[in-house]
Order: sequence, then structure tokens, then C-alpha cells
Amino acid sequence: MKSLVEQKVLALNGDEAVAYAAKQADVDVVAAYPITPQTIIVERFSEYVANGEVETAFICTESEHSALTACLAASLTGARTFTASASAGLALMHEMLFVTSGCRAPVVMAIANRALSAPINIHGDQSDTMAQRDSGWIQIYAENAQEVYDSVIQAFRIAEHPDVLLPVMVCLDGFQLSHSVENVNVFPDEIVKKFVEVRRFPKVLTHEGKLALLKLDPENPMTMGPLAFPNYYFEFKRQQEEAMKNALEVIRQVHDEYARISGRNYGDGLLDYYYLEDAEIAAVCLGSTAGTVKTVVDELRAEGVKAGLLRIRTLRPLPFEGIQKALENVKAIAVMDRSMSFGGYGGAVFHEVRHALYDYDKHPFTVNYIYGLGGRDTSPMQIREIYRDLQEILEKNRVETPIRYVGLRE
Amino acid sequence: MTSQEKGWKEISIAAVCWKPSTEFLTGDWKTYKPVRDLEKCTRCLLCVIFCPDGAIHWKSDKGDIEFDYSFCKGCGICANECPVKAIEMKLE
Repeated sequence: MKSLVEQKVLALNGDEAVAYAAKQADVDVVAAYPITPQTIIVERFSEYVANGEVETAFICTESEHSALTACLAASLTGARTFTASASAGLALMHEMLFVTSGCRAPVVMAIANRALSAPINIHGDQSDTMAQRDSGWIQIYAENAQEVYDSVIQAFRIAEHPDVLLPVMVCLDGFQLSHSVENVNVFPDEIVKKFVEVRRFPKVLTHEGKLALLKLDPENPMTMGPLAFPNYYFEFKRQQEEAMKNALEVIRQVHDEYARISGRNYGDGLLDYYYLEDAEIAAVCLGSTAGTVKTVVDELRAEGVKAGLLRIRTLRPLPFEGIQKALENVKAIAVMDRSMSFGGYGGAVFHEVRHALYDYDKHPFTVNYIYGLGGRDTSPMQIREIYRDLQEILEKNRVETPIRYVGLRE
Repeated sequence: MTSQEKGWKEISIAAVCWKPSTEFLTGDWKTYKPVRDLEKCTRCLLCVIFCPDGAIHWKSDKGDIEFDYSFCKGCGICANECPVKAIEMKLE
């Protein structure tokens, strides 16, 4: 695909790519609290503020709970709002994550994925965001620093779309993406500004009987975040589910529009397909691991093995039908989880993918690989072993161990 | 739940209130109700100030106060604050 505009190449790590994208997206308010491996995002952004490169109100808060609370309040007044966190910081935001999505505040947050304590560990895995997957936030997982930059810009358009109005997390693997420098193509500022547009607001009926734009405005007073009793609470939750469904289409549209300008695409924006058309065996994974898996798939294809990969880019909303369709003709599937669901029979991604395949007549062999916890490396050799296991499953026509651990010492 | 309650497609998103709070009567929450001894009451209006629900009104035309039982939740703050003990909380 060819790009419609001239782009320049910068050497950025994933965190810097986030900060650069947020700067170009014309953010009004950033409230944040630094935490490894997200720190560079907040540092870079505060430099932009100090240098006068942005007009953003930058609020240093005393905790992540306060950071998200400030972002929520700012967002409700109509401000474009951004923050970033990781691990324990995201966990501390837990309560406010639900309040933000329930208030339909389109806050965008970058998460540099990191393991949760205890034992304390600053390195990468996806335990932090997996633990928040039911918080009503859209979750986009990026494969490389370029996708991080592209996804943050897209996230504002998705979050603020009147049919969606949900907060978005852009997830980048801690250290593998947050701290690794890559060549990143960036747009001129005006292109991003044009793409993200000015924030739009739907109209709501207020207590004065008026239809007013959904934002706090003294001219049109309205009550936000009220008490809802058993007679109405459920209806508001159903609205959030509808917004998630709408998001599937909006994410695709925004992705396609962006791809036409940038010349870069990530599958259909929801799922990234790699050699799946005729694949007999396939892996399913999220995030930066897909880069390693693609290299292994290339090698296997050169050897004549019909291997493929499905990368889930958006875990929420889950592209349920897309997953079924993508894995339609695959005979054995390895679902990779970089987090654990203790006592849950496999990891979260395994649950989602196997669940999608249940309604599907063919019931391919589906096994789970838990890997990379606490920043443990996963090598191309280990990925090859996963594909070898899948071949063995097909030869024996049965699964002996449905849940396996990659590179774990017994 | 009644048939007058709206479905999820009809109501404002983000739980923005489409009716003022004065239409949500909270008076039926109470167990005890404040009853005033008109002889003891000095009309000092401390109860009006202390009522957390604004459910005690000064009626200038009558030169007296009035409890609004459709909003009074029966918390008893008025009875507790009354300097002449003119308010008694009685079981409804």
C-alpha cells in the first residue's frame, strides 16, 4: 500500500511513540502518574508541556486512582484526555476504570504491559490488562512501535465516535515495545490533527427536558454519574454492551481510513491474519510476540509446513465471528497467553478463542500455551516447538496436555 | 418495576438524568417521622438549616415551617438539633 502523505522516520521506542502520537492528537488534558515501564511516556509528554510544544493541561497526581479520576472529570467537560499506566498503577485504577466506561468518557490510556506483584517484577507480561478486560474499556494490543503510534492516533477517533463513546486502552508489551527503539514513520502534525478531528458529542435529554450535548456545561446543566436503582442500572449496562458492538465496525472503519492515508494496515483492524488461508496448524496470540511467531511461520512455510498465525488486535470488543472465520479450516490451534487465570483452566485468550470455536461444527484441536510471565523471553525455537506439538497432535489425532507452559522449569 | 419505565434504547446514555431529582420522591425511605410540638417550637429555623434533604420549608405566608414528608428520609437530625426539643421522631 502506498502512503498518501510524506512521512518522516524517527527512531522511537514504544513509549516515545505513544507520547509523540498523543502530542499530535491535540490532547487537552493529561493527568498521569509515572510507573515502570510506562515512565518514558509521561516524561516525554511533560517535556512537550515544559517546552511549550503543546497547550495541554498537565496534572501530576498523587496516585493512579487520582490520575484516572482527573482524566474522567476532564473528559466529562468535553476535553480530549489522555493518560498512561501499567501493572500496579492500572490495578489501583480498577474502580475508576468502571466509572470511566460507565460515564461513557472517551479517555485514551496507553498501558505498557507489566507483571503484577507478588513477587514484585517490573518486566513485561499481560496480567495487568487481562485483569481489566471486563472493565468496559476497548483494548487494542500493538505488535510493534509503529503500530503503537498508529493505534494511539486511531484510539481517539474510536473512543470519541458518538456510536461508541468508550474509553480505549492501547497496550504495548513492557520493555519489548516500551523500551526498544524502532524506526517509526510519523505524520506531519497537521495530518494527525485533521485525522483526529475536533471531539464530537451526542445529544442527551437532560432533567430540564432539553436535548443538550453530552458534556458538562453551565449553559446546559446536567447530572452525570448519578445513582441508579435496580430498576434502571441494568439498562445502562446493556447500552455499554451495544457501544462495544458498534465499536467493532468503528474500529474497522477508522483503521481502514488511516490505512489509506498511511499506507499501513493491521489485518482488518480487529484481527491480523498471517498465512491463514490454507493453514493446517496455527497459533493465536496478542502483541509483540506476533513478530517472533511470524518469523517462525516464514521459516516453516519455506520448509513446506502449512503454518499460520492469527493475531488478535482488539481483545475488547472481541471479534467473535472474525475469529471463527479466520480459524475455519485450521485443524490444530495453539492459543498463547501471556498471563494466567489461576484455577480457570487455561489463560484468558484461550477462554475467548475456544469459546468462539464451540459454536463451530468442526471443533479443531485447541491447546493453550502460557508463556513469557514476568518478562521471560520466548525464543523462535520455543515457538517452533509449539508448531511441532501441533503437528504431533494431528499425527496422533488427540491432545494429551491441553494446557502447557513455555520454558517453565519443572 | 412498572410498565412506565423505559427500555435501554430510550433512555439517555451515561445515566444522564432526564428528570429532575424533585421527581424522585424519597419520602418512603423513612421509618420514623418528625412530628412537631407547636407549643414548644420557637420558629428559630435551625431545623430548616440542618435538614440534609431540604425537606423543611419556611412558609413566609403562614409565618411557620412545614415538613415535606415526600422527601423527608426520617434521619432525625432536626429532632437532635432542636434547642427546645420540640420535634419527636415517631414510628410511621
